[in-house]
Amino acid sequence: MNAVRSRMALPPAAAVIVALVAGQALPDERSARASAVDAKFEYCTTCHGESAQGFRGYFIMPRLAGQQPQYIENQLHAFLERRRLNPVMANVAHGIGTDMIPALAQRMNALNPPPYGGAPSGDVALGKEIFANGLPDQNVPACSACHGPDAKGQREIPRLAGQLYWYMVYTLSIWSAERGQGGREDISWIMRPTVANLTSKQVQALAEYVSALR
Amino acid sequence: MNLSRTMLAALAVSFVTTAPLLADELPVANCTWCHGTSAQGFSVAPRLAGQRLDYLIDQLRSFAAHRRDDFLAAKYMWSAAAHLDSPNERDLAAHFSALPPNAAADGDSALVAEGKAIYENGVPDENIVACQACHGPEAQGVREIPRLGGLAYNYLSDRLAAWTQGYDASAAPMPKVARSLSPSQVAAVASYLSFVGGESSAK
Repeated sequence: MNAVRSRMALPPAAAVIVALVAGQALPDERSARASAVDAKFEYCTTCHGESAQGFRGYFIMPRLAGQQPQYIENQLHAFLERRRLNPVMANVAHGIGTDMIPALAQRMNALNPPPYGGAPSGDVALGKEIFANGLPDQNVPACSACHGPDAKGQREIPRLAGQLYWYMVYTLSIWSAERGQGGREDISWIMRPTVANLTSKQVQALAEYVSALR
Repeated sequence: MNLSRTMLAALAVSFVTTAPLLADELPVANCTWCHGTSAQGFSVAPRLAGQRLDYLIDQLRSFAAHRRDDFLAAKYMWSAAAHLDSPNERDLAAHFSALPPNAAADGDSALVAEGKAIYENGVPDENIVACQACHGPEAQGVREIPRLGGLAYNYLSDRLAAWTQGYDASAAPMPKVARSLSPSQVAAVASYLSFVGGESSAK
């Protein structure tokens, strides 16, 4: 009898609990999702700078502020798919839920701090010339053709304006070892001949020029 | 060996100042009273040997400006750094950064594996960043970012604790990093780092 009563008594109590939990779950789920994105954004900016302006640590953390969202999304997927090889970012990308990636990319895109600065400036004019017109004799196309005359990029093609000087130099120097591992279908593949045709002085000049652009 | 170290320090000094002080003339003893006679650290005073030149200068300035404001900094280093002029800062930093560092190796060796994993990879699922991104794969530091390899366990864990308490708040991003670590993760990272390295590499 007692057993029967308690069996009878349990369901209503359980129902109340379920109702309470369910009643909170829907809005909570949404705010939990938002705060998970907030926390991940804080995580990104710990290394990439408070306003995603980039940071020069032992490794150079690139500027993400103002970056094309499709570029950020493609690169995060490239880390996950090992089309781009980077030991730090491979782990980082695995810790970002793929459902969070578009929201993070949009938040980075919306930021607009001034350039990180600190770059040399002796070869800015050469950099500007190569950026605008390329080097026809070396089979280097004009950077502006794809990255835009203002270096803001488009779709999966990155913004270069305000990118850290040291990041530009480093990433162009190791391009083919890190990027485009997915073959010709990987958009980063297209940079391989261009990177090979640039001298290190020309790379530095380009880096000087774009790093100062706003 | 000692002679060549002294010569090395004197050489380093002579590159950066127009009127170099010889190492013997530097007020090195004012530092080594606390930091240890061979500058390997002593008690609460961290090792200076092998620390980054730019980091040492930057920290001396942050003591003088009271930006680094934890209890021990305020008690000892504010006054120690108050009257150093710029050539002296540089000469002392050059002297100590040229000394070879020894690892304190005083952490809990059982925590080394966990600490190494956090140092190298962070904990992405917990939004903890990888220390090596800024401090380097060998914890050697670079420019004004300090070498962490072989620093004493208590110094490392006390520094991280001070950041969580709001001290030295301008040293971004370390306050944020320190707050992201649990006490057991701090213990693991500090243990790992206490055993790292010992070799002196280029500044």
